[in-house]
Amino acid sequence: MEINSLTIQSALDVLKKKECSARELVAFYLDRIEKIDGKINAFLTVDREGALQQADEADSMRANDVTKPLLGMPIACKDLFTTKGLRTTAGAKIIDNYVPPFDASVVGRLKEAGAIIIGKTNEDAWGHGSSGENSDFDVTKNPYDLTRVPGGSSSGSAAAVAAGMCLAATGTDTGSSVRLPAAFCNLVGIKPTYGRVSRYGVIAMASSFDTIGHMTKTVADCALVYETTSGKDLFDGTTPDIDVPSYAKSLGKGIAGTRVGIPKEYLSLPGMAAEVKAATQQAMKTLGLLGADIIEISLPHTEYAMACYYILVPSEVSSNLSRYDGIRYGHERSAFGAEAKRRIVLGTFALSAGYYDAYYKKAAKVRTLIKKDFDDAFGAVDVIMAPSSPALPFRIGEKSEDPLAMYLSDIFMCPVNIAGVPALNVPCGFVDGLPVGMQLIGPQFSEARLFGVASAYEAATQWHTKWPKT
Amino acid sequence: MAHKMAKNMKYETIIGLEVHVELATKSKMFCGCPADHFGKAPNTITCPVCLGLPGALPVPNKKAVESTIMLGLALECEIPLESKFDRKHYFYPDLPKGYQISQYDQPLAINGSFGNVRIRRVHLEEDTGKLQHATIEGEAVSLVDFNRSGVPLVEIVTEPDFRTLEEVDVFLKKLQQIIRYLGISNADMEKGSMRIEPSVSIRTLKTEELPLYRVEIKNINSFKFARKAIEYEIERQTEMLESGEQPKQQTRGFVESKGNTAAQRDKEEAHDYRYFPEPDIPPMRWKSSQLSAISRQIGELPDAKKGRFMKDYYLNDYDATLLTEARARAEYFEKAVSIQSSVVSPKAIANWIINKKIDLEKVTPAQLLDQILQSTQTTSVSDNELEKIIKQILSENEKAVEDYKSGKDQALMFLVGQGLKSLSQKGNASIIRERLINAIKSSAQ
Amino acid sequence: MSTKQMPAIDVERVAKLAMLPLTDDEKKLFASQLSSILSYVAKLNEVDTTNVEPTAQVTGLTNVFREDEVDTTRILSQNEALKNAPASYNGFVKVKVIIWR
Repeated sequence: MEINSLTIQSALDVLKKKECSARELVAFYLDRIEKIDGKINAFLTVDREGALQQADEADSMRANDVTKPLLGMPIACKDLFTTKGLRTTAGAKIIDNYVPPFDASVVGRLKEAGAIIIGKTNEDAWGHGSSGENSDFDVTKNPYDLTRVPGGSSSGSAAAVAAGMCLAATGTDTGSSVRLPAAFCNLVGIKPTYGRVSRYGVIAMASSFDTIGHMTKTVADCALVYETTSGKDLFDGTTPDIDVPSYAKSLGKGIAGTRVGIPKEYLSLPGMAAEVKAATQQAMKTLGLLGADIIEISLPHTEYAMACYYILVPSEVSSNLSRYDGIRYGHERSAFGAEAKRRIVLGTFALSAGYYDAYYKKAAKVRTLIKKDFDDAFGAVDVIMAPSSPALPFRIGEKSEDPLAMYLSDIFMCPVNIAGVPALNVPCGFVDGLPVGMQLIGPQFSEARLFGVASAYEAATQWHTKWPKT
Repeated sequence: MAHKMAKNMKYETIIGLEVHVELATKSKMFCGCPADHFGKAPNTITCPVCLGLPGALPVPNKKAVESTIMLGLALECEIPLESKFDRKHYFYPDLPKGYQISQYDQPLAINGSFGNVRIRRVHLEEDTGKLQHATIEGEAVSLVDFNRSGVPLVEIVTEPDFRTLEEVDVFLKKLQQIIRYLGISNADMEKGSMRIEPSVSIRTLKTEELPLYRVEIKNINSFKFARKAIEYEIERQTEMLESGEQPKQQTRGFVESKGNTAAQRDKEEAHDYRYFPEPDIPPMRWKSSQLSAISRQIGELPDAKKGRFMKDYYLNDYDATLLTEARARAEYFEKAVSIQSSVVSPKAIANWIINKKIDLEKVTPAQLLDQILQSTQTTSVSDNELEKIIKQILSENEKAVEDYKSGKDQALMFLVGQGLKSLSQKGNASIIRERLINAIKSSAQ
Repeated sequence: MSTKQMPAIDVERVAKLAMLPLTDDEKKLFASQLSSILSYVAKLNEVDTTNVEPTAQVTGLTNVFREDEVDTTRILSQNEALKNAPASYNGFVKVKVIIWR
């Protein structure tokens, strides 16, 4: 099997043509994990036995002409996704022995669609981080350069897909955690509209920001998985009852006349790497050549987004991490890692008597204004295009001493979570062998259009075919 | 004793109440586990939600929300058009998430009144698990059962409007009655489905302002203990004031074995609950049509029912009060009265229900009527005697006669009852009924 | 609050509220790190939020309820409920620590 050509689409084709069985496909990936993950640290738990058993079931279903959209596809889940009977740690030592008695709704949907959960991926503990370095376990390496970070917090998921250890992997995106690792690892990553994908059973970071996405090699794969995971869930009261369209059908339609907005505040950010800016401008040109109208727009409250985010998110984090008391599961609270402790202290402070109005409530008001920026912008454009990260994948250890500097690497992405709108990371170039990603951002529930624009761009550029040499 | 009297005349007691009521819904507040936890083996009715497992999310129970609004309306509260849930944070082993989903600044119901007592707010939250302390192999431990975790809990907060124990007593009994009438809870204190936390403070008479402190008393599980705890606090605080000491703002627990209260924590250590809007649950917004629909479910409340019974069935205050004490009893009475063929007067039915302690579960209303009829089988009454009595009844009960003429059949029942009474239960009700109708008809011509 | 001031954060009090045991080194480190974050966050005071309502959620949903029905599919057996607990006794979850007030 030629690893560099495999995507969900091509793997489905291989199984359909009976060129190999699901068991062989899964075994191939399990062996590859065994062979190369020692130097990448993408996985925290690999479910060899379970995966092979699911593969056998997939094979027998296929033999009986059962059709399922992801039948036999090996997929990894970020370790925030609760998996029945399979250890789920959130990347955190405090629950390193927790075995959930239930599946997250999304995990259930993926299984129902025929996907095979081959393992659980490493991450910044609880989703707290942008590099993967905040894992309480090992640091995940970027498959394109093992001395660099893969981006976080869904670090293991990105590295696993990029290095060909699975065909897709789930992630969560509270501030950047799907898009940033996707950008650093040359992947298509979706940050859904808030509420489009159920959060039930996904360990919460900041509940009003958390979205449940995934990363794949191609736009088509991303759309295919999204059709499975999206939609109303009775167990999550924040999922609206809005129909899930066929995202796959939104691909390949051309983008002539699509109005693409470029926020002027983003490209003028001081400290943005020149190479990243150049790649973004090149991508902008390409979209123009494909027929899109490029329009400069303004998101005037951008400079307040990080401040808003770093009050509201830790507030919710401090609340969500209250349940870890070592009574019903896990260890005592002293077992939290440094970043979790830092955020608990900050969030507890922002909610405490005498500070609530000045911090939490003030930030919640600014949130209203940031959301309104997006609402206003989408009155004039269909899609907003922006860089994903202001910098290239950085070296391991480079920013870990300065939490504020680390937090600021999410500057282009956080506003999207504050507003609850959807965004895709799409690969848009390489600098010195390191991937660069761009974001396509749309109004709520406009994912079909985002996939459409992304697929047009992908077809014209082919960055996704450039695999790492691991 | 004389000394005590003097003290009591110098001071006035200020009491406010917080009452928690577990709702009798089928399922818990935020998940589908059964809400009836009483007597179940420990930790057998839990799920990821009420056990606070990582990733689990709450979805509120519609019936519980409606029940709370119903109670709010019954307590003459305003129902704000916007409401929401909030997280209230504190750590305790019986609180699985480290926060309780409750309501902070936008409760479901506010500013009501019940009798002379102002109701500050009525809000909805989730109950905690149950904690018991034990020594196992020489080690002091706590044992936690999460069956009760997540059961819907309504909190009713009054203004500090009580001045005497008697007022508290009357309020609590009436509150319990109304809750049972609404059918939203059995409000059983012994089973813990109704819990009381009084706040007690003392001021010198003729003072207008409320005292600057109040003492909250927890751990009370019966009316009797509520009384005892308040009595003890009044005495304790009065003695402090007498000896020149200022009582402190405090939370105290009632100690059942000693009949006293003991300090739990001072205000300085009071928790900072860090409330913020519950992000997992969308807010609530009511249209007036939705609120009217809930209001229509309320049905007739005890006071209104009692008034109607007195008016429609010519019952006295005592009978009407007893009959309407519980909704089931009132409904049984009305069912018996409404049986068309019956000639037994409402008063007779009331007497039987009240005095003969009929088992309402076992005897149907129709069976009850048969019993009454059998026991009042006529011996002989002369025609003349009957004629005389009918005339007398008609002249003594002009209003009832008018009522009957204007179409109120119940009035006839009353008149029949009067006849039976005059004949010392010897009369045949159906004959009296017939004679009465004829007499009224002929007098009308 | 001016953006120049370094706001102080009483890490000890906050950690106690959060039931979070911290070492002295952690307390010192967090105090300085959080103080610089709070200085950065003071930026928010530049924004005029008069008459702006706070946003707690972005879905626009209201009145999302479940019907009052028992859902047996999610109920855990006693074994499942206790399986991850570090200590249990006779069907109860056992808590050793007395740090709980």
